[in-house]
Amino acid sequence: MMFKAHFRKKLPTFELDVDISLSHGILVLVGPSGAGKTTILQCVAGLQTPSWGEINIHGKTVFSSERCQDVPIRKRRIGYVFQDYALFSHMTVEKNVMYGKPKKGSTSNKVLTVSNVLEMLKIEHLRNRYPRQISGGEKQRVALARALMTEPELLLLDEPLSALDQDTRSTLQQELLKLQARWQIPFIVVTHDVQEAEMLGDQIIKLDQGKQEFFKKLDKAQ
Amino acid sequence: MEFSFIPIILSLKVAFASVIIVTCCSIPIAGLMAKHEFLGKDVVESIITLPLVLPPSVVGFMLLVFFGKNGPLGKLLEQWFHTRVVFTLAGAVIAAAVVAFPLMYQSVKVAIESVDQNLEKAARTLGARELRVFFTITLPLALNGIIAGLVLAFARSLGEFGATLMIAGNIPGKTQTMSLAIYFANEAGYTGQASILVMIMTVFSFLAIYGLNRWGKGSKRGSRGGGE
Repeated sequence: MMFKAHFRKKLPTFELDVDISLSHGILVLVGPSGAGKTTILQCVAGLQTPSWGEINIHGKTVFSSERCQDVPIRKRRIGYVFQDYALFSHMTVEKNVMYGKPKKGSTSNKVLTVSNVLEMLKIEHLRNRYPRQISGGEKQRVALARALMTEPELLLLDEPLSALDQDTRSTLQQELLKLQARWQIPFIVVTHDVQEAEMLGDQIIKLDQGKQEFFKKLDKAQ
Repeated sequence: MEFSFIPIILSLKVAFASVIIVTCCSIPIAGLMAKHEFLGKDVVESIITLPLVLPPSVVGFMLLVFFGKNGPLGKLLEQWFHTRVVFTLAGAVIAAAVVAFPLMYQSVKVAIESVDQNLEKAARTLGARELRVFFTITLPLALNGIIAGLVLAFARSLGEFGATLMIAGNIPGKTQTMSLAIYFANEAGYTGQASILVMIMTVFSFLAIYGLNRWGKGSKRGSRGGGE
């Protein structure tokens, strides 16, 4: 199993109870705002700490309340695409993408150059622009490129397409699917849009008030 | 009495030295205070801000107590380095730095706090350690506030009077800065000389504030600064 998480996290109004696992493909967490979707992603990434439980990525335990284990964010090998993209406004697109590039000599399984990644996401021409000079869809691609440049073992995407218009959204949905097939790492996508969830997800988990209400495993090979 | 440029040079020396000290101290302290919670933080913060509200004479008196012949720091300096700061330009620099520090600290802290935390989180998910996050994300995005603090600290240091008089005295050619020279020239009836210094001082301060405003407007349109 590439990814397995079973944890609880106390939130002001309810307790989040999560039990998810994923071997490949895209897992979509869908639910209304305030259902705890982002908190799940942040717990997995290490930006928040669960109250109890265990998280395994690629066979490594990154969090375990029992063994008092809490691997720091930078060592979890997780790519995170933030809802508002969180691009560094004082850096060019290229510098943004380069920020997380593993240093030479560190363990990396792919040989990635910035050009590879920029080309794959069709943003090579934006190299020297600043985030404020590019469109929402382009920002999304830059955020994806930046996250992939770290050669993550798991990619987390928080409402990746919610701020985009319908056309850009459909294009990027298709591209996310292609990207996942090409990259071969599991993705966890958070969205409030049920249609989008069905479009993207190999597995869909519906959340409400921190409870997993509904689980669907799709076979998209059909 | 002949007009002398020495007070102007001394004032600039004091202001530059003070700004360097204040910058070096305020950035790490403001960074720590903005990012960490600890017991007694409010007390520390109040002490840091105190020189802003205390009368300069009180600050000067305290500095004399600390750095005077029998003060704890004064004794140490005397014994270890065979030096003293009372009635020297170093004393004027310390006085200027102490009163300018809260201004710089407040600006830097507000600027650091206003940097979008998601950007810092993003840097962490990209493998950055805390120091790298601070130097490559937080500080560059807080640059506007840091420059504003710098200009305020410079202006405040340039105009420092009360505390300087108490710890550095008024020794012409040695510790007599512009604001002291103005006061004593006027006291002695040399109003002409005082007016020239007043004009120079006003121009300096005006340029600092004007430059700051222009820079602030420019950076809102320009590429730097927080947010998109």
